Amino acid sequence: MAGLSERPFPPGDYPLVVVGSGPGAIQVSYSLARLGVPHAVLSRDPVAGGMFRKFPFFQRLLSWTKPYAPAEQGSRAYERYDWNSLLADEPEHAALMPGLMDGTSYFPSRPEMERNLQTFAERTGVAIRQDCRWERTRLEGEGPDRRFVLETSDGEYRAPLAIFAVGVAEPYVPPTPGIELVPHYADTRPAETYADKRIFIIGKQNSGFELASGLLPWARGLVLASPSPAKLSIVTRSLVGIRARYVQPYEDYVLGGGVAVLEAAIERIERTEGGFRVTTRPSRGGDPVAVEVDEVIAATGFVAPLLDLPELGVATFGHSRLPAQTAYWESATVPGIYFAGTLTQAVGGLKKHGLPPNSGAVQGSRYNARVLARHVAETHFGVPPLRRPIDPAGLLAFALDELCRGPELWHQRAYLARVVELEPASGVADAGVRPLTSFLDDGGPDAVALTVEADAAGAIYPVVYGRRDGTVTEHILPADDLLQFDRQEHRRALAGILREFGVASDEASVPAATAQRVGTPAAGPP
Amino acid sequence: MIQRAEVADELAGLSIFADLGSAQLQGIAHIFEEQWYPAGERILRQDLSGSGFYLILEGEVAVRQDGRDLAMLARGDYFGEISVLLGEPPVADVVALRPVRALHLAAAQLQDVLLAYPTVMYRMLVEQTRRVRSANRWRG
Ligand SMILES: Cc1cc2nc3c(=O)[nH]c(=O)nc-3n(C[C@H](O)[C@H](O)[C@H](O)COP(=O)(O)OP(=O)(O)OC[C@H]3O[C@@H](n4cnc5c(N)ncnc54)[C@H](O)[C@@H]3O)c2cc1C
Repeated sequence: MAGLSERPFPPGDYPLVVVGSGPGAIQVSYSLARLGVPHAVLSRDPVAGGMFRKFPFFQRLLSWTKPYAPAEQGSRAYERYDWNSLLADEPEHAALMPGLMDGTSYFPSRPEMERNLQTFAERTGVAIRQDCRWERTRLEGEGPDRRFVLETSDGEYRAPLAIFAVGVAEPYVPPTPGIELVPHYADTRPAETYADKRIFIIGKQNSGFELASGLLPWARGLVLASPSPAKLSIVTRSLVGIRARYVQPYEDYVLGGGVAVLEAAIERIERTEGGFRVTTRPSRGGDPVAVEVDEVIAATGFVAPLLDLPELGVATFGHSRLPAQTAYWESATVPGIYFAGTLTQAVGGLKKHGLPPNSGAVQGSRYNARVLARHVAETHFGVPPLRRPIDPAGLLAFALDELCRGPELWHQRAYLARVVELEPASGVADAGVRPLTSFLDDGGPDAVALTVEADAAGAIYPVVYGRRDGTVTEHILPADDLLQFDRQEHRRALAGILREFGVASDEASVPAATAQRVGTPAAGPP
Repeated sequence: MIQRAEVADELAGLSIFADLGSAQLQGIAHIFEEQWYPAGERILRQDLSGSGFYLILEGEVAVRQDGRDLAMLARGDYFGEISVLLGEPPVADVVALRPVRALHLAAAQLQDVLLAYPTVMYRMLVEQTRRVRSANRWRG
């Protein structure tokens, strides 16, 4: 570790380079270090904290940390109620966030979150070379000599492996005529400068509604517009959609209180005397509608700052130009390049019932980072695969506990799974947390994968996937209104599944398993 | 690199959306979510619950049942609609043969889109009818 006056990781050769100093980079660096994987970390920012050094604009997060919760602070179960602390093996470094909040809100303020991330990095010894900007990338050599060369403001870093945790916070501006006349979300002015103004916000996602909420006390009138209907998280029952905290403008709209929410494409923006004219085209059809306002703000989203990685062959897709990735967050087109942090939202998983994982936010991506660190350690650094033997008599209790309290399963539903191997020859063993698609597609020993899932109606329930002789079956366990998955019906169902694998657990005497194979094969196209 | 305005242009070239105007296409482009799948990855999985509807923008997929390829689909084709409309798990895998860029819609959203844009529903109905006819021909 470098001394205080000395910047760590001078340019040179490393086994692995991590780029970034936001929550994604800090978590992956911490987890790599705990597995003994040597690596360098560099970031263009002067201090750690990533996007939270500036955003959210109105200085309060949309992810919560509950100081009082049904689980004890610092326990694994508590992570379900604390979306913002990074993950530590040492109890004294776990759950740092609640201790840094002033108690006025269970949504930390932006500065509190920044402090949380910096405190974690300091206390756990995550070293970062700050003020070091990655500028260009090339690939040199082949086979064992293959190296990524990261050209930076400090010099060249050469490594066979790289993890990019560069976030998705670069302002995206669509090619709308006249958009260059108006500021992006990132350049919004202090709220009081919008006093008594008519404000047009382009975009109806969280950033647009966050601005609208913050400007409600100041604006004379507000218009929010984008081509498709506003989605609300309480309707989608996921993080997709406008979060409850930002729904106030929507209520003002439906009650006719000076806010308009339009489903319309923006055709062009023109300057008028003292303001702007925004020409919109309603999505339902009909003539263009011009709206005269004093101010326009483009809350049109963000893209990933991948620089020249696409020229190196990294495939990207979608509105945010996210890198296409494998189940373990490796570039799908350039092996050796991995991603961490919010960039891992590009891997949608099964999207069962349309629900995506929470990889875009800290509470989901922190688990991806830990799984990624282990995967990299096992694949490239000779760390043996995780395999903790479990006494078969305690297996049922272990599995039920994971389903009830495993934070990975709860935050990354139908996406991360707890895998338990059940090979008769080698015995029962916990094989750790893995991406569900990898369990389903990559084959392996007889095992079960435990997940928590939800359907479109909002029911939350455990699902157990069994893999026997390469064939996978899905067993849906009952939902529970109080989200307690250790009731008699769950024990019975789980015991029945385990019995099929020849594992007699403490509930094995329970008759008639209720687990069933879902889906009866039939003829015809899907 | 694809922007939403460009996605709307891409949609305009697909027969299922042939009757929609540009504002409607932009609306649709915002509802669908773009996904990317490497070659060899399964997009739909036989017998797993909770699947969705997919429309191929780029690439090719095989419809595979119990290891046997039943059909190949490419740009402009869609899949998953039967399991979504019937609320049942897919009866075949759909596997990317090459890297696939596709638009995804959850089951509930497909219903919303079909009800909001009846011409899309009509074109889908025609396509389904065509598939039923070919299936009948094979049988007869
Ligand atoms: C407006 C907004 C509000 C959000 N609010 C929340 C919230 O309340 N809660 C939540 O959980 N999530 C929120 N998110 C999502 C959020 O971005 C992620 O949860 C989290 O910040 C991502 O962490 P990260 O480490 O992946 O990226 P970031 O925090 O964005 O960090 C990226 C890092 O990469 C570095 N970097 C980038 N380019 C280079 C380069 N060329 N060279 C060197 N270094 C580089 C940067 O210096 C930075 O350190 C929000 C996102 C936005 C856009």
